[in-house]
Amino acid sequence: MNIEDFPMLKQDIIYFDNGATTLKPKQVIDKMNDYYSNYSASAHRGDYDISYKVDQEYENAREKVRKFINAEEVEEVIFTSGATESLNMIANGFFKNILTYQDEILITTSEHASNVLPWFHLQNTIGCQVKFINLDDNHYVTLENVKKSITPQTKVISLAGVTNVLGDARPIKEICKFAHLNNIFVVMDGAQSVPHRKTDVKDLDVDFLAFSGHKMCGPTGIGVLYGKKELLEELEPINLGGGMNESFDSPDEVYFKELPARLEAGTPNIAGAIGLGEAIDYLESIGMDKIHEYEMELRKYAMDKLIEIPYLDILNIESDSGIIAFNVDDIFSQDVAYYLNKYNICVRAGNHCAKILKNEVGVKNSIRISLYFYNTKSEIDDLVELLKNKEKMRIEMI
Amino acid sequence: MDENLRREIILDNYSNPKNKYIPSNEKEYLKVNTNNSSCIDNLDIYVKIEDNIIKDICFEGEACAISTSSCSIMIHNLIGKTVDEARKYIENFNNMLNENAYDEELLNEAVAYNTIYKQNNRKHCAYLPYEGILKILNQIKENE
Repeated sequence: MNIEDFPMLKQDIIYFDNGATTLKPKQVIDKMNDYYSNYSASAHRGDYDISYKVDQEYENAREKVRKFINAEEVEEVIFTSGATESLNMIANGFFKNILTYQDEILITTSEHASNVLPWFHLQNTIGCQVKFINLDDNHYVTLENVKKSITPQTKVISLAGVTNVLGDARPIKEICKFAHLNNIFVVMDGAQSVPHRKTDVKDLDVDFLAFSGHKMCGPTGIGVLYGKKELLEELEPINLGGGMNESFDSPDEVYFKELPARLEAGTPNIAGAIGLGEAIDYLESIGMDKIHEYEMELRKYAMDKLIEIPYLDILNIESDSGIIAFNVDDIFSQDVAYYLNKYNICVRAGNHCAKILKNEVGVKNSIRISLYFYNTKSEIDDLVELLKNKEKMRIEMI
Repeated sequence: MDENLRREIILDNYSNPKNKYIPSNEKEYLKVNTNNSSCIDNLDIYVKIEDNIIKDICFEGEACAISTSSCSIMIHNLIGKTVDEARKYIENFNNMLNENAYDEELLNEAVAYNTIYKQNNRKHCAYLPYEGILKILNQIKENE
């Protein structure tokens, strides 16, 4: 769908690495160019016309995000540099101040590094324990297993909405319902889910949500931290400085601004936020349900063909997203990626930042195809043709 | 070098790498890990040096065809060399990868990588085992 909107696709490439980052439509690029070319000034300094326009566009982008994830209030949307920064702010700005050494944090082995290391850091600094929810035979999180993992010490459950290697979706809504009955907070890493399916924070009832702009047709360096307002009010700013203070005279007399400014110190990534707003308009013009539906159709089309290749070891035959992870018997994943690269097919090989997943799935590395709405069946045909010929692969992988 | 020969050398050393195992008498060896931060190659290299001569090298780990074959060929070429000869060989190999003047005679089968500079992302794969060996040789120098 919409291939003509993507300048990158005018090149002769097949881009299957959307889990890492997505391509940008002309609309987003133009919107950012417009800012840099026609009203390039700082935000929150509305003393002159173009600066006033910046304020409007920047806050307008925030409102677009609010609507996109159905947050109650616009103050609940904080612009960050990406999901990684958002998750670090949640761990270090909020949970570090309320957890004690007796508390437990629940995650899984299939989380991305950005949803593991901030929690490990808390364990190493305040002594709380990071524990893992058991995955089922298909590496899925079930509510049943969440219930089994919870103890009276559990204070936080932090999970990806969709994981980045296996692409399984988690029952976040059910987990939130159960967790909240037990006074447990739920953090959702939305990096792989928000770009691909409808996300409604009110319906899910998550306490915090983190996601990145560049994985959803937006620019790099911009992301979102969503939090319920009463929780964000308690989130201690890690960055102090311009833009976030109300007044200061001495160390004893420092007053911060209200949300969201309090958590956005320094000149913000204005072009990024405006670009993200445009990306949201773009995605909504297609429709999130349609995007998800199309990706699942594409996935099925690919899987029906890939499964016929006997020497492929597919890690996630069943999955809820456009992510397919596999290995070719006897050929190192990186060599397969190099082979495909010779035909301008971009795939990722490696552990995909999920370094503790290896014990769960029994392999350290894999090739990952991650689809988006601008991928096509014909691109999948090209991929399958290349994978079908193992001898060719062996000869051309070097 | 003929393309087919090049491919044959690399694939043969990838499929049947020399000394790809952990030595049984591990204590007699110096061990080093070498990995590539931009990809997933990860090798442990074991070196046994006696009287300033490289008596044995073996390796274990996961790596791509280029890294694995390059390590195998390096092992073929380095066993029996003195530490100084090894350094000279490594320098020579590095020169070839970086399109500088080099002595083809010294490299034997390692000349199979003389066109790898065309694939920037694989140059490091070919050099990875050499980085590991160099770490060990530098350690020895410091201890002297």
